[in-house]
Amino acid sequence: MSEIYVLRVNGEEHAVADAWSGESLLYVLRERLGFPGAKSGCEQGECGSCSVLVDGVLVCACLVLAASAVETEIVTVEGLQPAERGEMSDVQRAFVETGAVQCGFCTPGLIMAVHALLDHDPDPSDLVVREAISGNLCRCTGYGRILEAVEVATRRRSGGPGSGVGARGVSGPEVVAE
Amino acid sequence: MTVDVRAGTSVAGGIGQRAIRPDGIAKVRGEYAFSGDLWAEDMLWGQALRSPHPSARIRAIDISPALAINGVHAVLTGADIPVNRYGLEHRDQPVLADDIVRYTGEPVAVVAADHPETARRACAAIVVDYEILVPLVDPEHAIDAPPMHPDGNVFRDLIIRRGDDDARGPIAVEGTYEIGMQDQAFMGPEAGLATPTSGGGVDLVVSTQWLHNDRDQIAECLGLAPALVQLSLGGVGGAFGAREDVSLHVHACLLATRTGRPVKIVYSRAESFLGHVHRHPARIWMRHTARPDGEIVSFESRILLDGGAYRSSSYHVTANAACFAAGPYRVPNARVHAIAVRTNNPPCGAMRGFGVVQSCFAHEAQMDLLAAACEIDPVELRLRNALAPGDELLTGQRIEGTLPVAEVIRACAALPLPDPAVDDVLARPGGAGRTADAVDVRRGVGFALGFKNLMYAEGYMDGSVARCRIDAGVVTITCAAAEVGQGFVTLVQQIARTVLEVDDVIVAPADTAIGSAGSTSASRQTMMSGGAVEQACRAARAELETRATSDPDAGGTNPGLIDIVALTTDRPIDVTEEFNHRLTHPLDADGQGDAHVSFACAAHRAVVDVDPELGLVRVVHLATAQDVGRVLNPLQVTGQIEGGIAQGVGLAVMEELIVQDGHVRNASFTDYLIPTALDAPTVEATLIEEPEPGAPFGAKGVGEPPTISSTPAIVAAIRAATGAPCTRVPVRPRDLM
Ligand code: FES
Ligand code: FES
Repeated sequence: MSEIYVLRVNGEEHAVADAWSGESLLYVLRERLGFPGAKSGCEQGECGSCSVLVDGVLVCACLVLAASAVETEIVTVEGLQPAERGEMSDVQRAFVETGAVQCGFCTPGLIMAVHALLDHDPDPSDLVVREAISGNLCRCTGYGRILEAVEVATRRRSGGPGSGVGARGVSGPEVVAE
Repeated sequence: MTVDVRAGTSVAGGIGQRAIRPDGIAKVRGEYAFSGDLWAEDMLWGQALRSPHPSARIRAIDISPALAINGVHAVLTGADIPVNRYGLEHRDQPVLADDIVRYTGEPVAVVAADHPETARRACAAIVVDYEILVPLVDPEHAIDAPPMHPDGNVFRDLIIRRGDDDARGPIAVEGTYEIGMQDQAFMGPEAGLATPTSGGGVDLVVSTQWLHNDRDQIAECLGLAPALVQLSLGGVGGAFGAREDVSLHVHACLLATRTGRPVKIVYSRAESFLGHVHRHPARIWMRHTARPDGEIVSFESRILLDGGAYRSSSYHVTANAACFAAGPYRVPNARVHAIAVRTNNPPCGAMRGFGVVQSCFAHEAQMDLLAAACEIDPVELRLRNALAPGDELLTGQRIEGTLPVAEVIRACAALPLPDPAVDDVLARPGGAGRTADAVDVRRGVGFALGFKNLMYAEGYMDGSVARCRIDAGVVTITCAAAEVGQGFVTLVQQIARTVLEVDDVIVAPADTAIGSAGSTSASRQTMMSGGAVEQACRAARAELETRATSDPDAGGTNPGLIDIVALTTDRPIDVTEEFNHRLTHPLDADGQGDAHVSFACAAHRAVVDVDPELGLVRVVHLATAQDVGRVLNPLQVTGQIEGGIAQGVGLAVMEELIVQDGHVRNASFTDYLIPTALDAPTVEATLIEEPEPGAPFGAKGVGEPPTISSTPAIVAAIRAATGAPCTRVPVRPRDLM
């Protein structure tokens, strides 16, 4: 067991006491500090479900030793939205409205990845979006609605005629016979 | 009832609308509690020790070194389990191996400790003295090999005979096909929290597909009355069949009752790969004969499924593989022999598509061979043989409901093809990392068709229970159906809004306090639990209308003016209803019988870019037309189609659990690859609506068809691009040389 260290998460300082020094940032966030928004899907840096921002850089929290993240600014999914119940960031809102959420296990990680993308590139092409979220595995959606959500969020940020939700990839429903 | 719910699409968020998930906001905010997020005061962490051998006899287990570790509270072995047998359909599996281990990863002991790392170290300290045995890993040998389990090595041996055994057409095609072992690979690993209750019982919050079946198995193993075991659904991070079987459930409950403290177990990804069933690997031989005009005359097939060490759902997977072996085509004469066997390979069971995925890959390859042999366009050949309502299946069952096979073929074939490849390295096979040269890339197009039964089969008495309570105008629906991501909770709200004409509907948590809703599998919850919710809401609506007629101030006889708040204040309406589908029957000795409830079909057309020299494939585009009965929520139907296709892409070109001598070699996301956003094709879907009689609002389950024929369509496209035979999935680079 190590001595106390302090992590800055979502703008507030949290003391971590009596922790085993081998604990990952993901474990400490989830099990010691009460931020279960980052998920543990593989603990190997392969699935992206644990994505958080450390000093503005998207990282897999499972690959970062918690004790090494002292003196950094950590942002988790819980830190993205206004704290009021039911409020959402623009990306979160787009995910809900377009059907980009099914089981939702991948969702917090993807929300972090999309925020990181759009904050750096306000108008990414389809392939750039796919590349940017290719470190975040989703087993439920096949990514179609997620790509749609990113498109909607991008349009809204640019203030374009994008407040509506389209229906990318779906023609119909059409009644062939009844 | 006087309400025409088919006209209910006028209700905001009702049936047919793009209603939003009630759990969506919590999920995007990171507030939704998955079972792995649970926490309790004083909680311990459970961990299983698993066998490193596929076949061994346990001579002795020494748990004392584990017990000596500071922070360890309990170490249990098979001898501690009151009734050491469980199983989804047949109790042939020990909770903790008692004398023999039959697969690599079989649990041998479990530990509870105060930190997950302590629990892992304690497991490593347990000394198991194994006498290593020669594993039985070849399913063909398993049929006649000495039994490796008291229940024998053959889970099912099923023959289907139809028509004239000797009938043959002048054109014949045959082939042998192999399907690798696919994993469901849901993103949220198995997790649960068990808490002991006063009176010697236990509460378990767990991610599962079927609370009541789990509850019964846990109670049996613990030697407790079912009422002492209560289950609630924790947030489920995907399922796809892998959560139908009990995993950590009994371990957590037993550790909790033994230690008197809450016990949480969360699987690592590696443990998840070892700790749940997979899709059956299969070897399938088929021969079709036809007239020169392409009309099928005869069909023969032998299907061998490797069920692994324990039975799970192998019995019914076999039936599905056999019953739908010929695909949605008219086949007057057929002989099918399907066998599922026990081996020392990992146990296999339910995965999306349940036995039909394997058959469909084979029959669609055959249909393309037949089209070539008859010199007929593959789409036209399928149209000429397409099943239609009134036709008979291989099992002699007449199709009574809707099944628009020709319609899905035509609608899919009519969808526009994608633009030619864009010149961007990211868009090429292999992506930016292993760039194919643009001149080497060849494009191919392939077509495939599939169908599957919906609901359980062969005489299973299936039902689902739902409760509708209206108190001072507040509508609450309770149903134990497991929400696993598919969006059943959205559907509950849509049904209740439509039937009751209200805006707000509370969906109560799913638990075992109400009757069973059956499993979230077999594309059955939309019909079964959707039906139960509809029935309960209609009964509540009838009561509302009765009350209104005797209360002119609250609506009188005008249903549109019912004052739901006034009518239920101080006298709530509370009704519980059970929905059942029509009876089915077992198959007879010739595999004939009215065994299935309902069917759904889909067609897929795939476009791929291949660099044959590098062995790289990019699945560019998937067009599909799917028979959905009626669209209840376009957003969710689209999500099921796109998600199902992605799993079909995985089986076609990348996903396989590699098992060598009984050892899984790639139990990680580093080595078991599932499609990323760069691998997923653009999907263009057309939904065919022909309402299914007897189903709520005419809707069919939509989750499975996208996974069934997408794989063979992709492989057909790869064959078209390369000329390689590709008789095995996943297609490997060496298969393209
Ligand atoms: S849990 Fe960190 S990448 Fe999967
Ligand atoms: S929504 Fe289930 S993994 Fe993405």
